[in-house]
Amino acid sequence: MRESTIMKIHYGTALGAVALVAVHILFRLTQDFSQSLEYESVIANYQFLPYAGMLEIILILLSIHGFNGLRVILLEFKQGPSYEKAVSYGCIAAMIAVIAYGSRTIFMTSMGMV
Amino acid sequence: MATELATEQSSSNVSPSQTITLRVARINPNVDGEKKFMDFQIPVQKWTTVLEAILEAKQHFDHSIAVRYSCRQATCGSCGMVINGKPRLACFTKISELNSNVVTVEPMNNFPIIRDLTVGFDRMFANHKKVKPFMINDETEVTDRTKEHIQTPEELEKFIQFAGCIKCGLCNSACPTMTMDSSFVGPQALAQAYRYVADNRDKGKDDRLKVIDESHGIWRCHFAGSCSQVCPKGVDPAMGIQLLRGYLLGFNR
Repeated sequence: MRESTIMKIHYGTALGAVALVAVHILFRLTQDFSQSLEYESVIANYQFLPYAGMLEIILILLSIHGFNGLRVILLEFKQGPSYEKAVSYGCIAAMIAVIAYGSRTIFMTSMGMV
Repeated sequence: MATELATEQSSSNVSPSQTITLRVARINPNVDGEKKFMDFQIPVQKWTTVLEAILEAKQHFDHSIAVRYSCRQATCGSCGMVINGKPRLACFTKISELNSNVVTVEPMNNFPIIRDLTVGFDRMFANHKKVKPFMINDETEVTDRTKEHIQTPEELEKFIQFAGCIKCGLCNSACPTMTMDSSFVGPQALAQAYRYVADNRDKGKDDRLKVIDESHGIWRCHFAGSCSQVCPKGVDPAMGIQLLRGYLLGFNR
């Protein structure tokens, strides 16, 4: 993939994440901080499907943005074809793993399996 | 008339000579590569440049000081070095403007050192060449003498400041990304890429954008802006890089 395409995705995911995290914070402000972290409250959020969907999108956006950022930082630390390939594939693998694990948590909780 | 001239000359205000300490970095990668400093007491006038002080030290104290210079008028871009911690042209920097009695000169950062104050420009020139710093247009006046490329003042304004680059390498020396990333194209080459991309007579935009749109290309710039601060010719590479990004993101056409 061309670097400019990757960077477009990078900037797009950042903007999307900022907007959705702002919505997430606004939702949290409807309750006290301690109340919002109560077990029942957290589970209720996951079981409210539109909210769970938003959390899933935030997870995907932040993972893509974060792991691409990490790739960029690591590419700047050291150079070399094999190192760069390892960093790129490593970051993609880590990103997929984080999304898969996070999605599993969101799906299981929203379907009442927890 | 001659008397008047003589009176004028004798009463002209010649500033008293002052002595400064010139600290010259001495490095020889072929021996031990260790940086040592040698101090020289140099008499200076208010118009004395750093290059003149170095040449004074070279002439009267140690002729083995390695320094590259040529035009002495900020045109050739040969005498770039780090002067009191900042990359500058030695011929374009007056001792008096440094406001210090100690003037330290070191080779430019981010370049391989040949000896003392001289550095190798191979990487910079290779990157410069990579961005195709020439007009790409099949309809040249050479092949068709009837063809004329008309350019309005506004179209010229878009890139003319970038045409002032003298390839001195000060921007690359000041760039923090160049320090970390040995494969980074660098502000000099990127500013030159913009110079030709923004020129309406040029047809090689796509080729050039392809060259800089790779993992160690334009996107690795952190926009520190140091390149623009140190340019002795008033070129603003940081702005050129941002405008080039506009082309890649589709804001500019």
